[in-house]
Amino acid sequence: MAVTDVPSQQTHGKIHPEELEEIWADAPGTPGFFSTIDHKRIGMRYIYTAFFFFFTSGLLALVMRDQLASPNNHVVGPEVYNQLMTMHGTTMIFLFNTPVLAGFGNYILPLQLGTRDMAFPRLNAFSYWIFVLSGIFFYASFLTGKAPDGGWFGYTPLTDKAFSPGINLDFWGLAIVFVGISTTVGAVNFIVTAFKMRAPGMTINRMPIFVWAILSMAFMVLFAVPAVTLAAALLELDRLFGTAFFIPHLGGNVLLYQHLFWFWGHPEVYILFVPATGMVSMIIPVMSRRPLAGYLWVATALIAIAFISFGVWVHHMFATGMPVQAMSFFAAVSLIVVLPSGVQFFAWIGTMWQGRVRFTTPMLFAIGFLLIFLLGGITGATLATMPFDWQVTDSYYVVAHFHYVLNGAVVFPIFGAIYYWYPKMSGRKLSERWGHISFWTMFIGFNMAFFGMHLLGFLGMPRRISTYPSGLGWDGLNMISTIGSFVFAVGTGITLVNWFHARWWGKEAGPDPWEADSLEWATTSPPPEFNFASIPVVASRHPLWDQRPLPTANPNGDEATKSLGPEGAEHHQTPETTGLDARPTATLDLPHPTYLPFLVACGIAVFFVGLLIQAVLVGIIGVAAFVVALTWWAWRTEVDLA
Amino acid sequence: MSTVAIPVPEATVPVKGEGRPTPWWGMVCLIMTEATLFAGLIGSYFFYRAASKQWPPPGIEEPKLTLSIIMSFVLWGSSIPMIFAERGIKRGNQARLRIGLIGAWIMGAAFLGYSMKDFSELHFRWGQNAYSSIYYTTVGLHTFHVFVGLVMSGVVQIKAWLGKFSEERHVTVQVYAMYWHFVDVVWLFVMPTFILSPHIK
Repeated sequence: MAVTDVPSQQTHGKIHPEELEEIWADAPGTPGFFSTIDHKRIGMRYIYTAFFFFFTSGLLALVMRDQLASPNNHVVGPEVYNQLMTMHGTTMIFLFNTPVLAGFGNYILPLQLGTRDMAFPRLNAFSYWIFVLSGIFFYASFLTGKAPDGGWFGYTPLTDKAFSPGINLDFWGLAIVFVGISTTVGAVNFIVTAFKMRAPGMTINRMPIFVWAILSMAFMVLFAVPAVTLAAALLELDRLFGTAFFIPHLGGNVLLYQHLFWFWGHPEVYILFVPATGMVSMIIPVMSRRPLAGYLWVATALIAIAFISFGVWVHHMFATGMPVQAMSFFAAVSLIVVLPSGVQFFAWIGTMWQGRVRFTTPMLFAIGFLLIFLLGGITGATLATMPFDWQVTDSYYVVAHFHYVLNGAVVFPIFGAIYYWYPKMSGRKLSERWGHISFWTMFIGFNMAFFGMHLLGFLGMPRRISTYPSGLGWDGLNMISTIGSFVFAVGTGITLVNWFHARWWGKEAGPDPWEADSLEWATTSPPPEFNFASIPVVASRHPLWDQRPLPTANPNGDEATKSLGPEGAEHHQTPETTGLDARPTATLDLPHPTYLPFLVACGIAVFFVGLLIQAVLVGIIGVAAFVVALTWWAWRTEVDLA
Repeated sequence: MSTVAIPVPEATVPVKGEGRPTPWWGMVCLIMTEATLFAGLIGSYFFYRAASKQWPPPGIEEPKLTLSIIMSFVLWGSSIPMIFAERGIKRGNQARLRIGLIGAWIMGAAFLGYSMKDFSELHFRWGQNAYSSIYYTTVGLHTFHVFVGLVMSGVVQIKAWLGKFSEERHVTVQVYAMYWHFVDVVWLFVMPTFILSPHIK
């Protein structure tokens, strides 16, 4: 079923594709770099930037593992170790995992929905600029030699001014608030795009599972991120402006900080995990050559997880001495969340069972994910059980658990997604051979690095220590873990090399190298700026499997249907459809490239720098720039679109 | 794999579609997340309250009521001219739009003026204790939202006077009006919590 024709690029002889390219193209060079609002360019930037942070933060982890390789080691002192630990955790959560998934969402979502861009392309650019500027802001702390050192969770009272007087924690607190803007704005964009921009006929029960996953993630973001913003903002108010939120002798309450932090913190785990499972649900059916088993169940499970995730946060606080009755509720809910995850698990197994599996690199990562997630999920259920949790809390068992879920069950799908979607993004395939080698290196390295940590936890090794005495039975396991972490790093490095090698020397991929079912494979690889000259019309959950050739809207119809056809692309438009049954109802004029998102983001960045260095004037300049740019933006809304 | 014949949907794509425009949905999402922020602050208020023996803590008097209640009704009432403006432009009535916007702005500004005066007359500093911190932060954040709403109104009003809106194209007005209603609704929760509830023993 090889596909050579790309029906959605047909322009019915009226408008040449080159003309469309001209209408949609960014300005060349630097102006285009700062003014682009193309979801594909932004998505790629998200991925590149996030992976820069992944490798940087991975290096920090290697230094930590080097320090812990043997007892009484002196690679780094405790002060530096605290900084490495804090930067590693915070980076991986806020600057790698969350944004890299947003990057894939950005790139893939509009293509899978069969539309020409996100609902709010300028906001999309804005959320990227905020992400990269907040990352620079956060990493500037290394230049001062005073990187954050209060742990990625920043618990009070340790992080109060009295106990952490330096600027270290201010970098952390402000960066958390700063990057939260990006995540929130991105989530709004995903929700509106998924509901209002689907190709005609793509009713809500025909949406690809990846879109369901991004939707579930975005709703969690809307309700979870304000809590961490609040936790970090109140902490910074205490530190910078002398309020008393977390200062016990003034009536402040340090437990409140933990509640606010984990009210975000646990949904956040699913904010990362759910899009990763969405990727797996795209890869497994295509590589098993059959539709996903239990589509409805999987979609429901994704939504169920979003709801349940808000009732589990206290299981991070079992050791804080709350009433047992209150904690029991959260323990029970934490066990219930196993159910929707189990539903997905069996859907994946069922799909493979009934299909004919191709062991390509994306599939290997998906299967590796299944094995790792199985263990990570089981240890998660053990940690939800209070008596067990009390025994292992703050031990390496917990470190093992969350690396199995956040590294194994999120990073493995992300690597699978790289191998799966790279042909679409670049037009070339990554080397399968080196992909296999990369997978096996990562898989072996991962288990070497983290499996032993379960045992270390049982043997009583506490978290967050920079060294340990010998003779406790921890030496051998720590050495294995360190070796494993280096093996894992080599495995990720192989994919990095593969990526750049394939950019120039990879095999041509063609529009649909995997013979997949969803709409991103209906356009050329890489897709043109406008994605689809004619918007496809969908009548199936698997349009490229069931609809040959893929139909597009009739361009010779009346005035009203024209935004679906090439004339819409010519006028820089895309159709807007109804939320549930995707009937086209309106024409959406897409905005043109603009510097405004970049300027607004810069204003916000200057404001945060002003807060950090306690310079009122800098803060005022930032706010002024922000207000002027935003007003200009609002001013032009109707001007641009009328 | 079977090939299915797909009828092209009988689509009509008017400029002014049925249902809500995408910016409207965007604002709904923004409001959801902002409402969660306020819910977190209100939750924190009760968390502190539950953990303290005396509320407000010793040395802080209860919030004054009379003027506060009157001015709250001024703020809530400002939604009425806003609805008047919104419905006006939906019918292409530019005069109603302008009058409604300026009416809501005056009522909002009156509330803002009252809030500033009230803050200046408080007998406690924000760093005094947890009560004062959460009071200043939450009520202050709401007041800031009113201020932002008034600034935004400025932009919308200038556009209204220049005749930039029409029966078909007035998404800015719709979205702005929703933000303004949201600011009013938040006060419906913040005010009873911070002004009224300390009087309930």
